[in-house]
Formats: sequence, structure tokens, C-alpha cells
Amino acid sequence: MSIRGEAAIAGFFELPTQKEYPGRSVLGLMAEAARGAILDAGLRKDDIDGLITTEGINSITVCEYLQIKPNYTTSMTAHGASGCSAIATAGAVVSAGMANYVLCVFGESRPRGSSRLRGESQARRPGAPSRASEWESPFGPVIAANGGYGLIKERYMYEYGATDEQFAKCASDERFNAAANENAVWFEKPVTTEDVLNSRYTNDPIHLLESVMPCSGAAAVIVTTAERARALPNPPVYLLGASGPAVRHDVIWQDDDITTTPVVMTAPKALQMAQYNASDIEFAEFYDCYTVLVMLTLEDAGLVPKGEIGNFYESTDTTYKGEFPINTDGGQIGAGQPGLAGGFRHVVEATRQIMGRAGERQVEKSDLCMVNG
Amino acid sequence: MADYDKPLPRPEQEELTRPFWEAAKRHELTIPRCKFCNQFFWYPREVCPVCLRPDWDWEQVTGRGRLHTFTVVRQPMNPAFNEDVPYAYAIVQLDEGIRMITNIVDCEIPDGLAIDMRVEAVFDDVADDWTLVKFRPAS
Repeated sequence: MSIRGEAAIAGFFELPTQKEYPGRSVLGLMAEAARGAILDAGLRKDDIDGLITTEGINSITVCEYLQIKPNYTTSMTAHGASGCSAIATAGAVVSAGMANYVLCVFGESRPRGSSRLRGESQARRPGAPSRASEWESPFGPVIAANGGYGLIKERYMYEYGATDEQFAKCASDERFNAAANENAVWFEKPVTTEDVLNSRYTNDPIHLLESVMPCSGAAAVIVTTAERARALPNPPVYLLGASGPAVRHDVIWQDDDITTTPVVMTAPKALQMAQYNASDIEFAEFYDCYTVLVMLTLEDAGLVPKGEIGNFYESTDTTYKGEFPINTDGGQIGAGQPGLAGGFRHVVEATRQIMGRAGERQVEKSDLCMVNG
Repeated sequence: MADYDKPLPRPEQEELTRPFWEAAKRHELTIPRCKFCNQFFWYPREVCPVCLRPDWDWEQVTGRGRLHTFTVVRQPMNPAFNEDVPYAYAIVQLDEGIRMITNIVDCEIPDGLAIDMRVEAVFDDVADDWTLVKFRPAS
């Protein structure tokens, strides 16, 4: 079984990523993105018969808010990979005939107290004992995911000899791309590699400027069958192969090999389904909450040999003007992380590029992209 | 000790992990080990995560291992730790194979830290009822 040639993206819409949308709820932002994507695809709201949203937001609540009555709905639960997972699942759903037009919609509105739909914060609110409250909190964790990625980066540098400068180049390339993206939180604000290296450590070896900034925003994409997409106004963006979400752990200290990601499980399957080799890929949109993650996953996808990603960044222009463009909208490091819509932005930018709608950032070769959540 | 204002361990299942914390108070490190498949595992669960059988017991271990990786904290999530920065938040792998989150103490931060260096458990009696298992460079 395969979704190759069976499913396509027919439209998209993205709200600018900002620190806050004062007075706006996450549902309100998602509704705006949904309407934009439906219109962009040349559809009417009543055409939507599938809806997929993200972790922490019950998809049934979203359906009710939008007054969409789908045959199929679910929420993804793969943390940052939820965006890509939504597209893979939507592709499978339309290929199987369980729905014809699936709206994938993601959003975040900060501060989180402004949202009444926070299953996650309910479960993790202070006072609720958890694995973390017994085995992590007494030792003074770092804010957000910085701690886990600091642990990974330190070990990776030890095992493979990558340098801090090489990690910083990844961040400055992404900020260059974001500077040309008016939807990015760091629009027109590029930084140099030196700026990244001179930014303070939140926790060694993680510099502030190689981390994402939590933001607000929303985006939506319509997935349909390839045949239906061909009858719609936009050039279809075909889903050629997909795999995942694959999982090995929740917290990093539960993983056997912290410098290899589950992308080693998913990328070969996705490439096999697509009937392409990693060397055929023209540009990449890869999840990048921290430089170390985008770098490790590029290796694990087979785009760069294991252990070589530091040298690759040092010697390769990965901007939208470069020989191998990566995260051409600035990724999350450059464009901001509107919650789990952050991981979804990689899908949106891949679609934008393949449809030829990236304007100044349009890459030269934009037919074949690998996206990772 | 009465002034300790950092988070104390808050178990989800107090009965399940009480033997670990009682051992820690005695300055002993005990780890779950499956009676059936013999595997050590961490963190404690109702069942062995390898074979999913419920029959396991606590086994005392030496507390010796190696520093798998670390990060030097400058901006703690909880402000109660601000007085300690910079400090090492680390993953230690015990010689029995399991990995745990801990702190590396009794050494220069960050210069005294080196990945894969040998470490040994130390017991930090942070409150009357709570002893945290931390690690230091092996003697």
C-alpha cells in the first residue's frame, strides 16, 4: 500500500507568526487559518469532510467551533511531529476513501492563559504529580526543552567533533531566510554566526539564538485525493511518500541512543514509498526547535552522512539562495514557534515553494522536498 | 534543611516508589529489576517495561557509573535553583545499564565535567524525609 500518486495538498493559509495576538483565542486564530485555506483551495466550507488538529486541542471542539461536520476527525499526539503526522494521516485517510477533503489546522495563542482549550496545561499544572515531578524536577531542569537538547548537543559534539561555530551557522542561515519572510517573527532581522555565538547560554552548550521563541499564530492546509486536486485551481502538491510518527521515547533519558533520532526509522520508508533516493531531494523543510535537532535529523534522513552535518553546514549555503536550501521560511528558529503550529510551518513552506508562491524566497529547484516533523 | 525551598520529589504512586526513597535515606541506591527477564529498568513502573510482567523487585547497586551527558544550567525553570547556577544537570548511566537524571556535584562546573568520566553516587539529605541521589567524580 502507498499514498504515492493518491493524495495531494490543494491549498494553504498561514497567519503571520507574532509573539502575541492580544485578545485572540487559539480557536479564533485556527478559524481564520481554516477559512483562508478553504478559499485558497477553491472550496466551500461544506466540502470539508475531514478535520485533523493537534495535541492538546480536541478536534471535536474545533469541528464544533467551525461548524464543520466531518466524517473523520482526530488530534495528533506526536508533539512537534504532529504537523507532519497530520499530513501523513490525511493522505492515508483520503487515499482510503474515508474523507475527500481533509482540513489540517494548527494554532497557538499565547500567553496560554488566554486559551480555554489547554488539555496539556491541565494535565501538567503545578500540583499534579508526574514522572517529571519525581525523577526530574528535584534536580533543577532548564526551562522548556532546552535541557534535553543541551544534553543531546553536548553528547553529539563529543561523539562527532562538531563545533559550536557549525551549529551557529545553521541558526544564521535560517535567520537569513526569515529576514525575507514577512510572516516571520524575525522578519528583516538577520543575525551573523558571531551574533549566535555571542548570545548567552540558557544552558551550555545551547545559545539563546539557536533556540526557538514561543509565539502565536495559526496555519491550515487542505489535503485531498490527487484526482480531486487536479480539478482545483492550485497546482497539486503531491504527497509521494510518508512514514511516521515513529517514537522511541518521551523524555531523552529514556532513549538508548540520544544522538540518533527516530528519523532513521521513517525516512527510508518515506523515500521507498516515494521511489526516490535521498540524493534526489532538492530542498528540505525540517523541524528545528533547536539547531541540534534539525542537524541530527538531516543526517538521519540520509541527506548528509552521519557525523558530517557540522562540516556540511560549514561548507554549504543552506539559505534559499544556496546550493541546498533548508528551512526556506526561516524555520522555527527564524520564523518563530507558534506552539505545535511551529512544526506545521515546515509543511506550509514546502507547499508554498512547490506551488511557486514563495516570492523572493523561491528556490531554484522546487519540485521535490523532504519535510520532517 | 528546614529552609530547603526547591521541589522535593512528588511521586505519582507513593506506594510504588516508597522503597526507593527509604533506601535513599539509608544512603543506598536501589533499582527495579525484573524477576523474570532479569533486566534492570528505570524509572519504576508497575510492570517491567521489557517483558511487561508485574514481578520485579528492588535491587541494591553500587551507585557507580559514567557520565553519559550533561548540560550546564544558567537559567533554571524553577527560580529556587537560581542560587546554584551554574550547575550540572546530567544523565548518568549506571554500570547496570540504566540511565537517570541527576546532578553532578563536588566538582568544578563546567571545567570538571567530561562525558564518559566515571562517577559515583552521593546522597544529599535535602529534607528530613527526602534524600536525593546525586553523583560526583569517582574517587
